[in-house]
Amino acid sequence: MIVCEGHNIYSPLGTTSEENYSNVLKGNSALRLYEDRWNLPEPFFASMFDRERAELEFDLLKPMQRYTFFEKIAILSIQKALEGTDVDASGSDVLFVVSSTKGNVELLETDPEKFGYERELLGTSATLIADFFGNHNVPMTVSNACISGVSAQVFAMRILNSMPYRHVIVIGADVLSPFIITGFQSLKALSQEACRPFDAMRCGLNLGEAAATVIFGKAENAEKGTWTAVNGAIRNDANHISGPSRTGEGNFRALRMLEKDFDKKDLACINAHGTSTLYNDEMESIAITRAGLEGVPVGSLKGYYGHTLGAAGILESVLCMQATDHHKVLGTKGFETLGVSGKISVCGSHRDTTGNSFIKMLSGFGGCNAAMLYHKIS
Amino acid sequence: MPMDTIKRWARVTPQKATANGLSFDSGGTNGMEALNKLYRSYIEDYPKYYKMDPLSKLGFVASELMLKGDEGRFAEREDRAVILFNKSSSLADDVAFEKTIMDRSNFFASPSLFVYTLPNIVTGEIAIRNKYYGETSFIVLPEFNARCIAEVTVAAFEDPCTESVLGGWLECESPDIFDAMLFIAPKGISGETLTKEISSIH
Repeated sequence: MIVCEGHNIYSPLGTTSEENYSNVLKGNSALRLYEDRWNLPEPFFASMFDRERAELEFDLLKPMQRYTFFEKIAILSIQKALEGTDVDASGSDVLFVVSSTKGNVELLETDPEKFGYERELLGTSATLIADFFGNHNVPMTVSNACISGVSAQVFAMRILNSMPYRHVIVIGADVLSPFIITGFQSLKALSQEACRPFDAMRCGLNLGEAAATVIFGKAENAEKGTWTAVNGAIRNDANHISGPSRTGEGNFRALRMLEKDFDKKDLACINAHGTSTLYNDEMESIAITRAGLEGVPVGSLKGYYGHTLGAAGILESVLCMQATDHHKVLGTKGFETLGVSGKISVCGSHRDTTGNSFIKMLSGFGGCNAAMLYHKIS
Repeated sequence: MPMDTIKRWARVTPQKATANGLSFDSGGTNGMEALNKLYRSYIEDYPKYYKMDPLSKLGFVASELMLKGDEGRFAEREDRAVILFNKSSSLADDVAFEKTIMDRSNFFASPSLFVYTLPNIVTGEIAIRNKYYGETSFIVLPEFNARCIAEVTVAAFEDPCTESVLGGWLECESPDIFDAMLFIAPKGISGETLTKEISSIH
């Protein structure tokens, strides 16, 4: 078990966790159609930053050197997460763990500021981000496809339990580029309209940009009212590199590892990956029912943000912490009629809860699946 | 060999392939051709190999050479994790994919190429081949760092299901420049021992 000491969501729906939560509560979505962006052959539906606005905000930090947009939103998110905590990010007892699938990959297409090839390396970005805060420990970047955000938190837990660090700053971020959009288009995975997780009419996912941070500390700092990450597991389907297992094998096995740590009645929700692709949502419904959790409210936040790749596992966990604080289970925007075979409880609107725990689930290419249990000490 | 040290290991570079003390002959070939030759000479029964990207081919060949004769090979198991590290992530594939979309008038985004632009795909390939249902993770570091690899690998035994880790360094800068150093670490190994073992193999 580790303790959440601070967090931030920096997204097109807001620059603080609170602003993001308030927008989601109002039912606002950042998803919209981009018809001629980057001169691509097909339009796409996505959630993207107003880059100028974020750049202006970043300049207020008076940076001493040049950073890419990916690095800027990561730094902004960490900066805001640190506010209100007494964590000294430059400390030798603090480690940075970055979660990203593609980092600066947009520079491969166009690099007008001439950052150069070295900047394509995730380790270079991670080092620069840690360095911005005066931290000189070797940062780790977890690049585990779409489960990176939860994987990174699992590693944070292990690091705090077994290494001489006192705080781990987990930052998840990805930005969209022609590379990522055309790649998902080539897989026929994108929907041309707002996604509809778990719905009978769902026809694909939307992509989104975001950075999200969670700062963890050791269990000894736990007190009443603090959020903890209790346990987490990562499992593989051992089935296919680009399609989920029909039996939800890895996902089920990851969920099963958490069983001993929660009381089902205390679970406010299972926040699923819920990408709104036919196969992902179907697979998750099977894994959840196989794990005996069909009575627990299930939701997806993709209808507000799209799939934010390396940020998703952190952004979605932080939103669930806030919703649970307010005794709410956030509605699955876009959902109307259950369209998966597992009899799970999904709802389009927000619901009330008395639970103090939730599970975050993710699945990704490479057959990987992750699940993490969070609990608020009451 | 006592239980508290690595059980198996492999090292594969464009010039040389060794595993568990044995050398494997790549017939005077180099680079990706050397991997293909190793596959044909010593593995041969997995045609999916030819569809893989260079990083996955490297991880596949190195893990196959290392696992030859492993007890209970191919029996389904959840107690072995696959945790790999490198520096270049999937950059060689990223460059190849970007080439297919850069020119919008001659544009063909290849889905099979795109899937491999994630470094963790190789961990999935190894899991599929060996029927490993355990953890799979991929971590990118600024540079090779034996101590960091060892500490993160040892910390993975906090998962109560994990009894061994197929771990190591799997770097593929380009199809001709690569470096694989894999090991099987048993539960109970210390970070210090594993750091020494990694340094001596690499």
